[in-house]
Amino acid sequence: MKHIASMAALLTVGLGVAAAAPVDPLRNGAPAPAFELQSAAGAAVNLADYRGQVVLLNFWASWCGPCRTEMPILEQLHRQYRARGFTLVGVNVEPNPADALKALQKTPVSFPILFDTASTVSRLYHVQGMPNTVILDRKGNVRFVHRGYKPGDENAYLDQIRALIRE
Amino acid sequence: MKRLTPPLFMMLAAALLLGGCGRIEPWVKPYEREHLADPIMSFNPNPVSSSYIDHVFESREGARGATGAVGGGCGCN
Amino acid sequence: MTRGASLRRWSSLALLLAAATVQSAVLPEDRADVLYHRYDGGGITIQGPSVLVRKKLGESYSVSGNYYVDAISSASIDVVTQASPYKEKRTQYSLGTDLLHGKTTYSAGFITSTENDYDAQTAFASISQDLFGDLTTISFGYTRGWDVVGMRDNPDFNEPTDRRNWTLGISQVLTRNMLMGLNVETSESEGFLNNPYRQVRYADPAEPQGYSLQKERYPHTRTGNAAALQLKYYLPWRAALDGNYRYYDDTWGIRAHTARLGYTHPWRSWTFDGHVRHYTQNAADFYSDLFPYYNAQNFLARDRELATFNSLTLGAMATWQLNTSRFGWIQRGTLNLSWDHLHISYDDYRDLRVETPTPGSEPLYTLDANVMQFFISIWF
Repeated sequence: MKHIASMAALLTVGLGVAAAAPVDPLRNGAPAPAFELQSAAGAAVNLADYRGQVVLLNFWASWCGPCRTEMPILEQLHRQYRARGFTLVGVNVEPNPADALKALQKTPVSFPILFDTASTVSRLYHVQGMPNTVILDRKGNVRFVHRGYKPGDENAYLDQIRALIRE
Repeated sequence: MKRLTPPLFMMLAAALLLGGCGRIEPWVKPYEREHLADPIMSFNPNPVSSSYIDHVFESREGARGATGAVGGGCGCN
Repeated sequence: MTRGASLRRWSSLALLLAAATVQSAVLPEDRADVLYHRYDGGGITIQGPSVLVRKKLGESYSVSGNYYVDAISSASIDVVTQASPYKEKRTQYSLGTDLLHGKTTYSAGFITSTENDYDAQTAFASISQDLFGDLTTISFGYTRGWDVVGMRDNPDFNEPTDRRNWTLGISQVLTRNMLMGLNVETSESEGFLNNPYRQVRYADPAEPQGYSLQKERYPHTRTGNAAALQLKYYLPWRAALDGNYRYYDDTWGIRAHTARLGYTHPWRSWTFDGHVRHYTQNAADFYSDLFPYYNAQNFLARDRELATFNSLTLGAMATWQLNTSRFGWIQRGTLNLSWDHLHISYDDYRDLRVETPTPGSEPLYTLDANVMQFFISIWF
């Protein structure tokens, strides 16, 4: 019985500590880490090119189910708010762009897709779940971070984008 | 097998505790899981087939159990 | 405390303590599978369908259902020793549900299986938790079964059997290319655990064939422990290797080892699978092919499932990716054909179809069987 009690105590502590949320280095208001990546269109794209617009950075991969589900919704967001100073930027995290391009053929999008083949930007942005969304304001600061995607999350994106556009 | 149960769970509890302490960063990042997310790396890609073949063996052999597996995959959401 | 009891306590404690974090995992995919299975060997043929449908209802809930039939025909070696005559059908229905909340999945379900002389009802529940950046998944499960053993020509014969199983599973991502799984299971059965038709034989010089038959007698309880380790490795040319080892022992004295090696190789629209499985076990304490005299022991068994034997299975499967573009609601589909050849050689079970002057000198029995599966799977 003593055996079981001590093991139970260990388990509680272990799970309790493990359950604590990971430390978030992308705090609200911190400047978004700078980067430059190749885009699907061919040219190199720098994050600074988007200064002055509200940016939604979406880290995705063709092998990630929730990422594929999210794509058409992101396309809709991009089309809806593009005229008002908002842009969506997709960052594909796969080492081989061919897989990403194949996925894009099935669900084509009009927003820029960048290839983070060496995972440098994923590491910079401490991507801790797939997909990963980071929303930046017009000054290029990180304002909101979303990990994972569940249908319904886009409502939060909408509210946050609208708020940032009005700033 | 006599003493398997208590040491096994001690290991489990220790692993869980170690995992929590110092917040060990996952050594395989979420964006590095393309191989693990590949359907060929699934533990059980055809549940109808594997449950049938498990049943074929179980009804002819004395041993039973420990055939299930969950986990791996893309680690999304 | 017995082994079974300590695992029991642990499982229930863990169920209470499993924590959910703010992030979430994913439910299994929606799918439908229709399978035709066929077993040919040892003079019997068992065939039938297995249909599985799984569908998400909303974002947190998934339901699955399975319909399965075993249609058995022809005579088996057991018939010689007056075990159940063969032309029967077993039908099984199961229903399962999965609820996803954060990184925890709660599952529960029910299975009902009926044939004309055996009825089995099973309820199961399990909880599964993703931890440490989804590198680890832990699951605990409990299964409870209520069986009723009957006899074809004896409607008054209805003996109950109770089953209880506890499972613990841990899967761990080791590297970008390697997965590990550990499974532990304790199974307990209590009640009428033998076959009401089957008989054992004992040496009887008074009989022309040298032996007589007597009804088998089993203990009323059986507790078994199994532990299995599985490793899956991604090969650089896009293929997968997987190895599995399982150890089993129980209170009937059976000790078994199972080792399986598999290789998966995708090629264009195809995926090919090959595997080899080796199994060995030693006989139960109360097993004998020929007892020295009537009522030689308290417990008597001559079931080949409890004998000393080793078996080798070689199998292969071919999967073809279907073009499902014509049906927009289908994401993808596969057509699958698999074949397994099973060879069992018994060390202490003899083939009584061969008459010999001295009982106990009949050739040892060997079984060769072919198992075929043909199924179509669609994901939607």
